[in-house]
Amino acid sequence: MWPEAVELVAELSSATFANPSGSHRAARAARAIIDEARESVAECVGARPSEVIWCSGGTEADNLAVLGLGIRGAVVVSAIEHPAVAEPAGCRRADLAPVHADGLVDVAELELLLTADTTLVSVMAVNNEIGTIQPLAEIADATRRVSPRAVIHADAVQAAPWIDLTTLWPSVDALSLSAHKFGGPKGVGALVVRDGVALSPRQLGGGQERDRRSGTQNVAGIAALALALRLTHRHRHDTVLRVAALRDRLVDGLLGLIDDVVETAAVDGDRRHKIAGSAHLCIAGIESEALLFLLDEVGIAASAGSSCASGAQQSSGVVAAMGVAPDLARGCLRLSLGVTTTPEDVDTVLRELPLAVGRLRRTGS
Amino acid sequence: MKVLCAMSGGVDSSVAALLLAEAGHDVAGVTLKLWGGESDTGCCAVSDTDDARQVARRLGIDHHVFNFGDEFTTSVVEPYLEAHRVGLTPNPCIECNRHLKFDKLTRRAAALGFDAVATGHHARRLEGADGRWRVARGVDPAKDQSYVLHMLDAGALERILFPVGDLTKAEVRRIAADHGLATADKADSQDVCFITRSAGRETFLGAHIPLHPGRVVDGSGAEVGRVEAIESVTLGQRRGLTLAGGAGRRYVVDVDVGGRTVTVGVPEDLLVSETAVCGLVWAAGPPTGRVHVQTSAHGTPVGAILDIAGDCGVVRWDQRRPAVAPGQSVVFYDAETVLGGGVATTSSG
Repeated sequence: MWPEAVELVAELSSATFANPSGSHRAARAARAIIDEARESVAECVGARPSEVIWCSGGTEADNLAVLGLGIRGAVVVSAIEHPAVAEPAGCRRADLAPVHADGLVDVAELELLLTADTTLVSVMAVNNEIGTIQPLAEIADATRRVSPRAVIHADAVQAAPWIDLTTLWPSVDALSLSAHKFGGPKGVGALVVRDGVALSPRQLGGGQERDRRSGTQNVAGIAALALALRLTHRHRHDTVLRVAALRDRLVDGLLGLIDDVVETAAVDGDRRHKIAGSAHLCIAGIESEALLFLLDEVGIAASAGSSCASGAQQSSGVVAAMGVAPDLARGCLRLSLGVTTTPEDVDTVLRELPLAVGRLRRTGS
Repeated sequence: MKVLCAMSGGVDSSVAALLLAEAGHDVAGVTLKLWGGESDTGCCAVSDTDDARQVARRLGIDHHVFNFGDEFTTSVVEPYLEAHRVGLTPNPCIECNRHLKFDKLTRRAAALGFDAVATGHHARRLEGADGRWRVARGVDPAKDQSYVLHMLDAGALERILFPVGDLTKAEVRRIAADHGLATADKADSQDVCFITRSAGRETFLGAHIPLHPGRVVDGSGAEVGRVEAIESVTLGQRRGLTLAGGAGRRYVVDVDVGGRTVTVGVPEDLLVSETAVCGLVWAAGPPTGRVHVQTSAHGTPVGAILDIAGDCGVVRWDQRRPAVAPGQSVVFYDAETVLGGGVATTSSG
C-alpha cells in the first residue's frame, strides 16, 4: 500500500468513526470524506461523482455490473475474463468471444456474437494474468453499431495502475475498480456507472449509494482508495517508463538464460499491447507448482494460473484459451512488477529463476 | 531431516506431522488436491484442506497444497472406470498410493529438496535381516494399512516415514487431543474419496460409463432376478440383489459383463482352491515356500503356496476359501512383514 494510504486508514479509523448516514455533525463529516473521495475518483476516471458507487472490492463491483446492468437481454463477454465476471456471466449464459494467440480479444468474432437482443457486453480492460490491453475502443464501436441498446462494462481492476482511465471511460458505460491493485487497502472498490444507465442493485438495505448499493460505507477504506488512485494517477507516467524498463530487462534476460521458454502473448517480442508490469512466461518441461515453491524459498513471490478455494494452483484457463500447448502451459509463470519493484529484485530473479528451472528439469518434476 | 508430511486433514496425518515436528525434523505439511468434484467422505474436500491447514498452523509448520488432479484422473479414476466397465473390482486407493502418494509426491518432494515423505498410514517401516526396508503391519491390528502399501520396495522406503505406525488409533487420538488439535475427534474417512456417500458408486459409474442391465441366474441357468447395472456387481456380493424364490443367502459367484449375466449361488459355490494373480511386485524379491495372504484391507490372512511365473502366479490356498473378485489386490506376508503383492485375475477349483 502507499504509505500515505496506510496512515490515512489509521487516522480515519480512530478519528472520524461515525456512520456517514446520519444527520449529526460527525456523520456529516464522514459523509464529506466519502463524497470528496467520490469527486477524486471521478476526476481520475473522467466521470462524474454521482457515477461512482462504493463497493467491497472488484469482485462485488463486477458482480453488480454483470448481474445488474442490461438485465433483460443477452450477454457477451470475452473468454478470458476474471472469474468475478465469468461466474456471474455464466449465470446469465453469456456467449464467449475468443482471443488470439497474442492474448487479445478477437473483435470480429465478438461482433458475430452481438445481436439485437444483446444488452450487456463486458470485456476486461487489461487481463490480469497475461497483462494484455484489450481493444475496448474497437469493441465499443462494434457494439454501438450492432447492439446500440447494449451496456458496455469493463473490468478495469488490472488496468488502473497502468492506463489513464480517462482514455478508457469514453468507450464504456461502466467500469470496475479494486483498491488493492493500485496501492490501496483490500476490501474496497468501486463500480463507476454512467448517469442514465439503468442498474438493478444486488445488495439491498438502507438505500446508501443512491439505492444502488446498500450498506454502511467503509469510510477509511474509501478515503484510502481515492488517495491511492490519485497517487497512482499522478505517478503513472514515470512508473510506466521505469517499470517497463525493468520488465524488459527481466524478460529479455530470462529468455536468454533459459532454453525452451516462450514469452506468453508477445509475438516476436512485441510487448506494446501489454501493460508495463506484466511478465509472463511458459517454461517447457517443468510444473509451475514446483517452481513457485522453489522461488518462494528464495523470497520470490510469483504465481502461475489461478488459485482455487483449497489453496491449490489450477492451470490457467487464460493460457489454454490462447491455444498454448499443454507442455508449455503446464509450466507457466507470472511475475508481476509494480511501483515498488527495484533493479535488485530483477537481479534476484535473473539469478534464481534459471537455477530453479534447471534443478526441476534435472529431477524431472 | 527435511520431511514433507502428507496431511489429509484427518487425525492420523495430523499426529504424524506433530510427531515429526517434536522429533526435531524440519517439517512441512502438504495436502494433495486430487479430486475436483464433490467429496463428502471425509477426505479431500476443501474443508479437509482447511482442517489440515489449521493443524499445521497450530503446529507452527508451513502448509502447502499440491494439485495432482490431472494425474489422479489419469492414474486412478480412469482405470477405475475401465475396470468396472469390464467387470473387474478395482481398488482405487491402492492405485492412488502407487501412482500419486508414493510416486508423484515422492518425486516432487525430492525435487524440492525434502529428504523424506511421511504419511499418517498405520504401518511401519522395518529393516529386514538383509538390512533392507520392508513395510510391516501397524501395531493396531484393527487399523493396519499395510495392505494398501504393499507396492513399496526397499528403495522407495528409504525416503518414506510412517510416524503413527507404532501407535494404536486410541493413542493417536489421545495425542491429538492432548495437543489441542482440532482433528482429534474427526471421524475416519471411509470409502473412496471421489464417490460421495450421498450419491453412491452406481451413480458415479453411471455418470461416466454406460451401464447395462443384466439377468441373474442360478447354478442351473434359471433366471432368478435382474440387475440394473451389471458393471456395478462384484464377485462375492450378497446385498443389493433382488432375487426370486429360495430361502437362504445367495452370493454372486460369477459376473459375465459381455454376456450380461450374473450367476448366484450358495456360499459353497464360491469356494476355490486357487487364485491366479498378475502384476506381482516384491519388496525384496519373490518368496519361496509358504506365505500368508490377505485379500482385503482388513481381512484375516490365510496360508497358501505361491507358484510364480514372471510377474504372474497362482496362489494355491491351504484350504478352500471364497473366490477373490478379479481386480482386487492379493498381498503376501511373512508374519508382520509385507513381502509384496499382485492383482487377482481368476479363481478356480
